[in-house]
Amino acid sequence: MSWSLKAEGLGKSFILHLQGGVTLPVLQGIELAVRPGECVALAGPSGAGKSTLMRCLYGNYGAGQGHILVRHRGEAVDIVTADPRLVREVRRETLGYVSQFLRVIPRVPALDIVAEPLVAQGVARDDALARAGALLARLNLPSRLHHLPPATFSGGEQQRVNLARGFAPAYPVLLLDEPTASLDAANREVVIALIAEAKSRGTAIVGIFHDAEVRDRVADRLFEVTPIPEAA
Amino acid sequence: MSEALLSARDLALRFGRVAALDGVAIDIWPGEVVAIVGESGSGKTTLLRVLSGLARPDAGSVHYAGQDVLAAGEAARRRLMRTEWGFVHQNPRDGLRMGVSAGGNIGERLMATGHRHYGGIRAAAAEWLRRVEIDPARMDESPRKFSGGMQQRLQIARTLVTQPRLVFMDEPTGGLDVSVQARLLDLIRALVAELGLAVLIVTHDIAAARLLAHRILVMRHGRVVEEGLTDRVLDDPQHPYTQLLVASVLAA
Repeated sequence: MSWSLKAEGLGKSFILHLQGGVTLPVLQGIELAVRPGECVALAGPSGAGKSTLMRCLYGNYGAGQGHILVRHRGEAVDIVTADPRLVREVRRETLGYVSQFLRVIPRVPALDIVAEPLVAQGVARDDALARAGALLARLNLPSRLHHLPPATFSGGEQQRVNLARGFAPAYPVLLLDEPTASLDAANREVVIALIAEAKSRGTAIVGIFHDAEVRDRVADRLFEVTPIPEAA
Repeated sequence: MSEALLSARDLALRFGRVAALDGVAIDIWPGEVVAIVGESGSGKTTLLRVLSGLARPDAGSVHYAGQDVLAAGEAARRRLMRTEWGFVHQNPRDGLRMGVSAGGNIGERLMATGHRHYGGIRAAAAEWLRRVEIDPARMDESPRKFSGGMQQRLQIARTLVTQPRLVFMDEPTGGLDVSVQARLLDLIRALVAELGLAVLIVTHDIAAARLLAHRILVMRHGRVVEEGLTDRVLDDPQHPYTQLLVASVLAA
């Protein structure tokens, strides 16, 4: 079976040195493979480690055990051990991540935030801005906001900027952490359509969707993340 | 992947009984922004001074583009500083000539690299003032009349006008008001991306490091205690000292 993203024996613990070195095991023996065009929804109770798994898959958290393989330029790259410069290249070309919250940069307008990953991929600036504007318009962000920094935007507006930034570059692998959490029904439909289009392009998607309706409509299968039982 | 632009190994330097650098290794690749974080006395500014040839280590090696910087001598180091490198000081008065006009501060760096055409130099100075958001009409004013933030932006223009490949920055936002810091950081971020510069930036400002740097080195007591991808080091710190550093930042 071909895969775009694969976790093998993935384990993650946090060692809290400021709390006397207490160890919190969160993930253990995770085995997950996602095919091109497939959307896998992470399921499990709050605190089970779904977001931790997402952050490990992106390389934002380091993994304690195992491998995270991403098909990048036809080769398998292990995000756990890869050189930081290679991880940056994988993130630029192959692996996208839409977090729940937009990290606002002072003075940078919404349009540039969305266009930035396209420019990094080598798209001409004017084309990148045009594509960014079209995507923001599709997500119903009023055009008068496109040229403003999103610091003062509402939660839903910031989330749409974040979504546009994540979907604009058409990454082959996309991680979505609660992509519809702060959206109204109309914009939720837009996101569902964007996910469907990405899948038909062959994008492998892993997502956390608390909205059951969204999850049922986009996910091909569920992947259960179960809390590690407390050691006796 | 390509060759490292700057590469140092086994750097050691003691000031009396204090180890300012203790077995430090670092590589910087073209176009890469690397931040060195740590508190005062961790050795981060000493590392910057040693890498840029301003101080000599007791032991270790520094290579720039394959050239042995420590063996090369003062003339070669000055040539690198004029042509290949730039240095942005924390205090703009250390990087500017305060008796020379704003435009002159920029033009002087160009003349040092062989530019002779007065009109061309003046045009380049005006263009760079505009890029760092200083009104070119103030070209003939003394930097003494400028605010701290403007002086820092002028120092950046003076440094970048010769298109260096590697820029050393020592706490570039250090002495500035918070509102001025944000503007300067954004300006640095945009210029660095646009020009594809390699930057080594020393800062104790974790937020600035997150905004600017691709990679982070955490220093303590003259040693690198943790390094890696910026977001991984800041969001999942492993070393007790890094955990303390990250936990000590107030979220606004």
